[in-house]
Amino acid sequence: MSGKPKLYYFNGRGRMESIRWLLAAAGVEFEECFLETKDDLIKLQKDGSLLFQQVPMVEIDGMKMVQSRAISNYIAMKYNLYGKDLKERALIDMYVEAVRDLNELLMTHAFQPADKKEQHFANIVDKATNRYFPVADKKEQHFATVLKDHGQEFLVGNQFSRADVQLLETLLMAEECKPDILANFPHLQSFKARISNIPTIKKFLQPGSQRKPPLHEKDVPKLMKIFH
Amino acid sequence: MAGKPKLYYFDGRGKMESIRWLLAAAGVEFEEEFLETREQYEKLLQGGSLLFQQVPMVEIDGMKMVQTRAILSYIAAKYNLYGKDLKERALIDMYVGGTDDLMRFILMFPFLSAEDKEKQCAVIVEKATSRYFPAYEKVLKDHGQDFLVGNSFSWADVHLLEAILMVEEKKSDVLADFPQLQAFKARISSIPAIKKFLEPGSQRKPVPDDKYVETVRRVLRMYYDIKAN
Repeated sequence: MSGKPKLYYFNGRGRMESIRWLLAAAGVEFEECFLETKDDLIKLQKDGSLLFQQVPMVEIDGMKMVQSRAISNYIAMKYNLYGKDLKERALIDMYVEAVRDLNELLMTHAFQPADKKEQHFANIVDKATNRYFPVADKKEQHFATVLKDHGQEFLVGNQFSRADVQLLETLLMAEECKPDILANFPHLQSFKARISNIPTIKKFLQPGSQRKPPLHEKDVPKLMKIFH
Repeated sequence: MAGKPKLYYFDGRGKMESIRWLLAAAGVEFEEEFLETREQYEKLLQGGSLLFQQVPMVEIDGMKMVQTRAILSYIAAKYNLYGKDLKERALIDMYVGGTDDLMRFILMFPFLSAEDKEKQCAVIVEKATSRYFPAYEKVLKDHGQDFLVGNSFSWADVHLLEAILMVEEKKSDVLADFPQLQAFKARISSIPAIKKFLEPGSQRKPVPDDKYVETVRRVLRMYYDIKAN
């Protein structure tokens, strides 16, 4: 028994990717068990491993955790990526939840039927550029003016947290959708560069890491077979 | 200034209802400002009160909090309804995640077409009785304690009771095969703060009606159809 967390999911991003990012950011090594067929999922369901019959599931510290938020919360707390007090946690939660909303949109993009795709994409871009990014950018700006030539500027409490990790994750995903989406957000661009340079993050961004590539249309039918 | 939390939302359940439940369970008095017109909403937007242009928003402890989950977590932690350690928190988060998923099926219900409503009702009952209720039934049976986590009243208990009552509104005998949940429901309902909240005249909101739907659509300019999932 390695004692490392073990992730149960299909070999792709989905709802597990944020968890991979968080573990990587915390410098925690983890193993993965990939579901390839519907039978793999059924087996897990039958042996009582999945509280609500669903993945993601992560074996960690003797628990079989489900619910991606619960898992992320636990990891963030355990590895000190959740702020230093209740108010910082509140801020982190607000950012993380909002970023999660954007993430959901990005995630479901591949699953949209062909005739809905363009509208869905326009919706993503609109929400990102009008709702979510300006807020993150303004906060960034605030820190940029308050802490002049400091090497580390983060979203909350002047300390690296899950909010930074999850924002970076989403920024990169949004750029995959539309490469120039950060054109009007100079502070987010510098945030992106800065957080990407943190050693654990840098490592995760390199080829050969456990980071998963974007979902390709050709993979969708296989996924539908496992989960539907 | 009252110092009481102040809730900004429509005069109806929606995403704010779980927050009302939790504050009530914690014995915390709160005020409400109901959005009735588009102008009110735009005023909130222009005043910069809504971080992501959305409600729910709750003014609490000098913050204008948004994002339902963030608000609930804050309240739970502040009022000791979030377990005593990291592992209990993990369990609470898991259980609340499940009831949240279940309630989300009900959340969109008022906005569906009549035909979709019928289908969705069946989906809600099916998910409740085949996926969620069995999970909680087993948790309670396995440890034999009064509360879901750590033998202590928590957010998980409040959220599950809320979910049970909402599903029962769709099918009154939905707990027929779940004796543990029936006992749980009776037990939690009789906790003084909860009992008070369940009485007429409390800030608990009724089942959403056409007027509620109309208000939401008008204020948010949300005139498109919602599809059932």
